Amino acid sequence: MSAWFSPDSIDDALALIERHPDARLIAGGTDLLVRRRSEMSDIPLISLERVAALQGIEEVREDGMLAIGAATRIAELAVSPLLAANAPLLQRAALSFGAPAIRNMASVGGNLCTASPAGDCLPPLHALGAQVELIARAGRRRLPISDFIVGPGRTSLAPGEIVTRVLLPSRDRFAWQAYEKIGRRQSLAISVVSFAALLRLDDEQRIAEAHLAWGSVGPTVVTAPELANWLLGKPLDQSLIDVAAERARAAVCPIDDLRAGADYRRALAGNLLRRFLRRVQHG
Amino acid sequence: MSEIVFELNGEQTKLAVSPTRRVIDVLREDLKLTGSKEGCGTGECGACSVLVDGQLRLACLMVAGQLDGHRLTTVEGLGESPLGAKVQTAFAQAGAVQCGYCTPGMEIAAVDLLSRQPDPSRDEVRAALSGNLCRCTGYVKIIDAVCQAADVLNASEDAQS
Repeated sequence: MSAWFSPDSIDDALALIERHPDARLIAGGTDLLVRRRSEMSDIPLISLERVAALQGIEEVREDGMLAIGAATRIAELAVSPLLAANAPLLQRAALSFGAPAIRNMASVGGNLCTASPAGDCLPPLHALGAQVELIARAGRRRLPISDFIVGPGRTSLAPGEIVTRVLLPSRDRFAWQAYEKIGRRQSLAISVVSFAALLRLDDEQRIAEAHLAWGSVGPTVVTAPELANWLLGKPLDQSLIDVAAERARAAVCPIDDLRAGADYRRALAGNLLRRFLRRVQHG
Repeated sequence: MSEIVFELNGEQTKLAVSPTRRVIDVLREDLKLTGSKEGCGTGECGACSVLVDGQLRLACLMVAGQLDGHRLTTVEGLGESPLGAKVQTAFAQAGAVQCGYCTPGMEIAAVDLLSRQPDPSRDEVRAALSGNLCRCTGYVKIIDAVCQAADVLNASEDAQS
């Protein structure tokens, strides 16, 4: 048996963390409680699910960003009209996440803090240029998601800090948004490779801007900025697509594990980009 | 130990329990409500599906403290609602039960779906049950049962209107 705290404000949560430095934070619990069975049954838990300030999706007026509360359930992402207008690729990721019951429990902040190389929200959040907002007694700070997740299961969350929000810059100018997840099955699957992309064309059908991200093909999400830059200004034709797919295969660094081999993952990473670019090409 | 207060299958319930005890253990061992099953214990099979405030959740990945102030429905309470009763009748009539281990979770997931979407397509039924595994692999009749329950539901609504 271990201690359980369920504060309803961020201030109370921060005070509890200070008083119980060995405690773990829990939101949906879908990752933490699986591990807890074997590893950490005596560790106090501080639940964030009753903290209203960590819930919901809203527009931030000052800077035109969308803010997703860290304890917001994955199921809410899937039905949010704000995300439908700005980040449909994140909604597609939400619908591929676990299974319906898991989506009703798991939180977007939990997916970030678990920092699995296969985390379903992570490639879209990288492609969207998400920032992670953290709060501690000392104040707030914001980090790009690529600085927040630093390795498999590792984040730059400091002791005493809570993830409060995920901030998304406006991406509604991107007519092309894609998310694809390849797993061993459709539901309850950990991704073998996942792919997120945002792209817009200029008036002459050349690539004006692109953001690409792959999951499960490296210790953290692979964004290949050199490849995205190389695409800029180029007309989207078959030879470009072939070279881009080749470059994608070279950019990822997958491993063999029980879900798939590295070679297969490398091939998939290229093919997912190829399939996306072909869809854009055929308009 | 601490006291948690919640509604269990329509009845106000007070329980002295460790707040970090898993809900599946509270149900099966403390309350002897053994309808909810534990399959995998890691959120991958759906056998422990329950409804919290009418929403599908997994009792193996929840702890007692999370229930405080909420409304919990298990398969034992499902038949008390007209929708739950229709789902259970349809499962029996469609022959949707083989060994029966997944059945409580399947029925809970079906009620979750039909409460939000009373007239689902077959694909919507498949998606809604996609977190519930049947190791007898009797999926066809399970999906038939949910579709039949939807038909009965809509027929009775038509009759009322």
